[in-house]
Amino acid sequence: MKNSVRKIKQQVCQAVISVSVACSFISSPINAQALGYPEKEELTFGFIKLTDMAPIAIAYEKGFFEDEGLYVTIEAQANWKVLLDGVIDGRLDGAHMLAGQPIAANIGYGTKAEIITPFSMDLNGNAITVSNKVWQEMKVNIPKRQDGKPVHPIKADSLKPVVEKYLDAGKPFKMGMVFPVSTHNYELRYWLAAGGIHPGFYAPKKGDTSGQLKADVLLSVTPPPQMPATMEAGTIDGYCVGEPWNQQAVFKNIGVPVVTDYEIWKNNPEKVFGITKQFAEKYPNTTIRLTRALIRAAKWLDDNNNINRPEAVKILAQSNYVGADYEVIANSMTGTFEYEKGDKRAVPDFNVFFRYNATYPYYSDAIWYLTQMRRWGQISEDKSDAWYKEVANKVYRPDIYKAAAQSLIDDKIMKASDFPTLTTDDGFRGPQTHFIDGIVYDGNKPNEYINKFAIGLKAGDKI
Amino acid sequence: MTISIRKFVGTNVKITDWMPRISSLLTTLIMPFIGIIFFLFLWSLSASYIDTSLGKFPGPSAVVTQVGNLYQEHIDERSKEVIFYERQEKRNLQRLAKDKNYVVKTRSYTGRKTFVDQIFTSLITVISGFIFAAIIAIPMGIAIGLSKTLNSAINPIIQIFKPVSPLAWLPLVTMVVSAIYVSDDPMIAKSFVISLITVTLCCIWPMVIQTSVGVVSLNSDWVNVSRVLRLPAVTHIRKIVLPATIPAIFTGMRTSLGIAWMVLIAAEMLAQNPGLGKFVWDEFQNGSSQSLSRIMTAVFVIGIIGFLLDRGMLFLQRTLSWDKSSASR
Repeated sequence: MKNSVRKIKQQVCQAVISVSVACSFISSPINAQALGYPEKEELTFGFIKLTDMAPIAIAYEKGFFEDEGLYVTIEAQANWKVLLDGVIDGRLDGAHMLAGQPIAANIGYGTKAEIITPFSMDLNGNAITVSNKVWQEMKVNIPKRQDGKPVHPIKADSLKPVVEKYLDAGKPFKMGMVFPVSTHNYELRYWLAAGGIHPGFYAPKKGDTSGQLKADVLLSVTPPPQMPATMEAGTIDGYCVGEPWNQQAVFKNIGVPVVTDYEIWKNNPEKVFGITKQFAEKYPNTTIRLTRALIRAAKWLDDNNNINRPEAVKILAQSNYVGADYEVIANSMTGTFEYEKGDKRAVPDFNVFFRYNATYPYYSDAIWYLTQMRRWGQISEDKSDAWYKEVANKVYRPDIYKAAAQSLIDDKIMKASDFPTLTTDDGFRGPQTHFIDGIVYDGNKPNEYINKFAIGLKAGDKI
Repeated sequence: MTISIRKFVGTNVKITDWMPRISSLLTTLIMPFIGIIFFLFLWSLSASYIDTSLGKFPGPSAVVTQVGNLYQEHIDERSKEVIFYERQEKRNLQRLAKDKNYVVKTRSYTGRKTFVDQIFTSLITVISGFIFAAIIAIPMGIAIGLSKTLNSAINPIIQIFKPVSPLAWLPLVTMVVSAIYVSDDPMIAKSFVISLITVTLCCIWPMVIQTSVGVVSLNSDWVNVSRVLRLPAVTHIRKIVLPATIPAIFTGMRTSLGIAWMVLIAAEMLAQNPGLGKFVWDEFQNGSSQSLSRIMTAVFVIGIIGFLLDRGMLFLQRTLSWDKSSASR
């Protein structure tokens, strides 16, 4: 009697186990087996000293990398070129990159390399600053509020008369940005063009990579830490850069930030985490695991209405991360932005790391950058809509992101509700309507979009 | 300068006998002291006047504070390292429990390199680069000195490459090293190799030139002795050339070491090897209120280390070289 009861118990147990195993296979179709251990455990990641390298710093300091079995060394790089070369030649396993860098590398603008990105690091985070002198001249053209402060967003229309005055006097009006394929370059150009100022064309086929062909305003590359000093010296009259270099200018009374990229394009993609395609193919588990750690870090940064941000700022203020003073970084990270000295406004989404699907690498983001490259001549000929989509597919890898997110959900580290659109996203955001000039961007129709602009190359144009 | 105790205690010594001793004491000990005090005073005064929008020029007190800060950071990082290894051990044990086949590997500490670590990295790089340069330069210098034809062949190349700055070499060296030194798990970091080669390329020239000059100005009597005895070339070099040119070689080495140290700091600013140059560049990029003081601290540390390296070389020269007069300063 006892034996048969035991036998029945055993059989019931086995049945329960096999059913639950079968269920687990059904419920997680993307990740049918548990994620294996990382193939490469010691990694080196590079970054540039800007506030939005935060996910990497947090993933290290909070132990998210170590949870995945990854031992990561984080190194500051001298400039964007050194960083890109480091990833290409293998000195760095991955890096904090401008959203345009992997794209440009793939199409061969600059060093050609197959760089992919499985993770978007943040949205927004840049601003355009002008020198005190230019601000005084611009201010008269800006409508004022009841309290006497300027109405925001400040469009480049108020800068146009100042630029014209400079050109009439024979003086060049110069502005700085961080890299020819940086988000700052495209945002600055977008803002200037929306105000009727021509930022210049590139003519790579002719050997002219200065980007100053037919320009009203001359744009050039300046490394971020040198921007305040360069502006003070009068070499440039303004610049577009990420934080903390805009708030630094206000703190030191060197310049005035006039517009943030949040106002130019609400919730625009900014930095991505770039790795080589070979790395992802050779070490698939490692790639998914590092993406998992970064996703967790991004969520921590935006958790509970940004409650962790002060702690994040304290970490970033360490000299081996961003290193700027706590007060300077704290502004933008905790939801305020100081424009003119004393004019602090609430910009709660100045830096967004996880909200609004900030971490998902959308194809439509890659295509936007490609359209701007075409608009300004870095891509010298017309390309078909299919070409744009093909390049975006090669560079941006939502498949890796989805695998990472799904495995986090399966391991119960994060909830399915943290990724509401994970299964429904097709890689394209809906039509983007919040641009400063009101033009709507639909990622599915890049060529149609390029033709909508008053200033810039259009279909059929060649330099 | 010695004041022997016997003289002090001893027989009728007049005060006029002490005058030369006192004046030499004055020159060697007290004057430098006064010079340093005066410099500190001047520095502190001018620093308080230079207060621009880009920051306040760091004075002596700011530097002293930063020395304390940097040392404290080093101590903190060491304790973080201990905790890191404890965590790793725990994690390794956990994994071993789950996966019997796991080969336990202890990964080295991934935290930041502190200022003290960076000093050591710079020292190791400069000495390695210098030794590598010496290995190439001295034989080359001897060969050039001995053969007039070789001299006229190689001399133009030396003269052209001598004035080239390390920052101009860096992109080329980086490219070559990246292409040749391919290894998934390198023992020696690529950035170290790049810094080393750049240092070698820049500090090799003084040694070559000095060595060849030394060989050329060999005492003709000794050369004649070697000819009379019909010494084979190797013996000629070993017994006559080398010992005779040691003073010249050392002069060249001293100059080269000084140049190597300067070049290294410049190269590290771009080559990413974690040394003092990288420290200065990172602090410049930080732009915090402490950055300038920390850069000033690094300037002094760089200067003091350069001075010590030079003195070390001088000591070596005094011990090994037979021509003591060339090693007097």
